Amino acid sequence: MPLALAARVLPLLPLQVLLNICLGEIRSRHPRIFDRLGSNTGKRYGLEPTDLPIAFVLEPRRMNPRITVVRSLPSNLDARIAGPLSALIGMTDGSYDGDALFFSRDIHVDGDMEAVVALRNAIDDSRVDFLSESVLWLGPLAAPIERILRSIVGSPSAREEMGVGRGG
Amino acid sequence: MELICPAGTPSALRDAVAAGADAVYCGFADETNARNFPGLNFSRSEMAESIAHAHQAGVKVLVAINTFARAGAVNIWHSAVDDAVDAGADAVIVADVGVMDYVARTHPQQRLHVSVQAAAANPDAIRFYVDRFNAKRVVLPRVLSVPEIAAIGKEVNCETEVFIFGGLCVMEEGRCSLSSYATGKSPNMDGVCSPASHIQYREENGMLVSRLGEFTINKFAAGEAAAYPTLCKGRYQTSEGSGYLFEDPTSLDATTMLPELKNAGVCALKIEGRQRGRAYIERVVRTFRQALRALDAGQPIPTDELRGLSEGQSTTTGAYKKTWR
Repeated sequence: MPLALAARVLPLLPLQVLLNICLGEIRSRHPRIFDRLGSNTGKRYGLEPTDLPIAFVLEPRRMNPRITVVRSLPSNLDARIAGPLSALIGMTDGSYDGDALFFSRDIHVDGDMEAVVALRNAIDDSRVDFLSESVLWLGPLAAPIERILRSIVGSPSAREEMGVGRGG
Repeated sequence: MELICPAGTPSALRDAVAAGADAVYCGFADETNARNFPGLNFSRSEMAESIAHAHQAGVKVLVAINTFARAGAVNIWHSAVDDAVDAGADAVIVADVGVMDYVARTHPQQRLHVSVQAAAANPDAIRFYVDRFNAKRVVLPRVLSVPEIAAIGKEVNCETEVFIFGGLCVMEEGRCSLSSYATGKSPNMDGVCSPASHIQYREENGMLVSRLGEFTINKFAAGEAAAYPTLCKGRYQTSEGSGYLFEDPTSLDATTMLPELKNAGVCALKIEGRQRGRAYIERVVRTFRQALRALDAGQPIPTDELRGLSEGQSTTTGAYKKTWR
């Protein structure tokens, strides 16, 4: 997977800067996410794409949400969600049902389940399209970059072969 | 037959409407509804906006106020009824006789449905709700065979609604105390079965271990389909071996029973799953809309389309056929 190779060899700081710009944009466009998270805005979530050599720590604080890119997740997390990148992204854009991904064992969760359920429901309601919205700031380059990202992450048919397609 | 679809969020409601629901059921973000999960459900303003959206598309909205009112705090349930009526709900779905009485006295024009949580499983019980509170529809508990449903339909003067897809309870709807025993919270009083705050998952020697409160519910081998950590669907060790003592982790799928349910005089078909994501809502609603079109056209109905969305990735016709042990 080219993305895995890139993540292994490239420095993480530029990616982290880009992701935090995207997170700020998502915060301004989807304020209802934070309403639905309620007291869970203070939680620390570990997001672990199992097909990448990096992971993310998400702190969805209402005023200053933050995402940190790490080589491995720290231990001081409230909850962890792990699974193929396509499954994690598919849950954010409504392609996949989180419960079905859990039943099929495509994703793994542990830690504070109340925090996990709140995040899942908040994201699902928001209709945030992570890939699309994370490149909006690129202006005219957004569309082609989004197409490239989607091809890297995996198409729905590829996800079907992974066993997650039947889930949603 | 009407297709009654779940929605846990305004976005899910919009997807259910777009996918072909005749009516959507949903609830407020508090203990008055039996899916009181973190991050789920509707604020008062979201409910009003969502009902307006559904009505523009010709779709009804049924508001579930289907937990049992707590002594000393019944005003929470009363205000939920008032706000559902103000928001333009096409019906309120109620389980508690006290709340039903409030609806009948305070909002006599409001259409009232008897929730599955009321466990009205015989004509006498149903007639009581119809006669005393002017209930127009009863959601039948998932304990009845199709001939029993047909027999009830002939004896009562109200519409009948049955579940056709989704999670199953252990045939004690509205009376189950398992979750309360393990966690102190129950679907009947708090709107939560196996609350997320009491659930733990961990990997142990390659197995997924699920726990609820102090109880180990299940251990899933690598690659084995997982299930919700509810006590009723736990796999327990006994002196005679381990197994599912109460109920297998499986979802109801009554697709093959649609012709028989129609012949039984059922008025409405309900899909369970307000706690599920938009992907589930859209796909299940669309699949059953297509099935009902095929049924009306006298064409074969595609079956087993939704196994991947099911708990334990397996399905059953449940009590409708009563083929289990």
